[in-house]
Amino acid sequence: MEDHNTDMSKLPRNRRAVLKQLFFATLYLSAFTFGGGYVIVTLLKRKFVDELHWIDEKEMLDLVAIAQSSPGAIAVNGSIVVGYKLAGIPGVVVSVLGAILPPFVILTAISFFYDAFKRSFVVQAMLRGMNAGVAAVIISVVFDMGMGVVKSRDGLLIAVMIAAFALNYFLRVNVIWIILMTAALGAFVTIARGRREKGKEAE
Amino acid sequence: MVKTCFELFLSFLKIGAFSFGGGYAAMPLIQSQVIDRYGWLSTKDFTDLVTISQMTPGPIAVNAASFVGNLVAGIPGAISATLGVILPSCIFVTLLAYLYNRYRNLTIMQGILGFLRPTVVALIFVAGLDILLPAIFTAGGTDVRVVIYFAAALAALRKFKIGPIQVMVACGAAELAVQTILKFVP
Repeated sequence: MEDHNTDMSKLPRNRRAVLKQLFFATLYLSAFTFGGGYVIVTLLKRKFVDELHWIDEKEMLDLVAIAQSSPGAIAVNGSIVVGYKLAGIPGVVVSVLGAILPPFVILTAISFFYDAFKRSFVVQAMLRGMNAGVAAVIISVVFDMGMGVVKSRDGLLIAVMIAAFALNYFLRVNVIWIILMTAALGAFVTIARGRREKGKEAE
Repeated sequence: MVKTCFELFLSFLKIGAFSFGGGYAAMPLIQSQVIDRYGWLSTKDFTDLVTISQMTPGPIAVNAASFVGNLVAGIPGAISATLGVILPSCIFVTLLAYLYNRYRNLTIMQGILGFLRPTVVALIFVAGLDILLPAIFTAGGTDVRVVIYFAAALAALRKFKIGPIQVMVACGAAELAVQTILKFVP
């Protein structure tokens, strides 16, 4: 990504300073961001585009698109693209470490006390009520995402959604197979549509 | 021990490699690997994990890797699972960034992603049902309180636009109050 015509003049020559900044930025954002990967990506942009001017805005949009197109957690992927852009492979290592350290430490501590948690009357009662709340949060998110698909008015996408539900819920087909089949269908349709458009241009 | 760590690594490698679309997209995969395939967690533990993940920072897949790894095989297990879950990201994102730099074209990836979105919605819905239904229909019969909390939470989220963490804490506090009253008032 180095040869992209970006104003990199603000990027310090001192590589260690860049790595240090990357590590602490991802560590800090990962430790204090609630509410999903998209929030972290926005904060990464604010830090490295608006505040430090190490990446230009247009390129950041492309980096975010790469993070979203790849499998895995968006927060981790976002840290990887920014790390790779600013400092290559060492940048990837440093920013991933920063991103995963806070959840690793917090969940390790919780799992340590989980047995005691399960015997505690207060924690048990709280968790039981909260489980009903989390189900509502998930169903609400599904409703918004599902409406997005329905509003696209793309019959093929709606059919894919219904088929995926039936295969998983009624037939209990493995999640990985369903994802692989959809990805194959998506690749096929995208290539076919691309060819058709090219054919039209040729005419 | 080594075998368990290796299984954790492989299992979370699959979770990392096949969860597209961020947010809750990893949830159905975690469920199918951790409950159905290996039996590392019960449905109840998994629901607690999702709830805890909502209350703590960090992606659910990384949270799950640390939590399950620790419960199954201690710190070495947590490290194996976490490495597994991030490795596909590291390889795939770097490769895609390299290809993008070369060809400046993400059309096929974004086309595939557009198709995966409806599938991911359906799979998250199933995972949500698998959390909700066992909580309502327990061995002791239908749990009316869970139905009430669920309905109230849904109304609070959608109609009154209250934040998810506040809604969940309110549900927890309500159940704690009810159970405390039932305990001390015979």
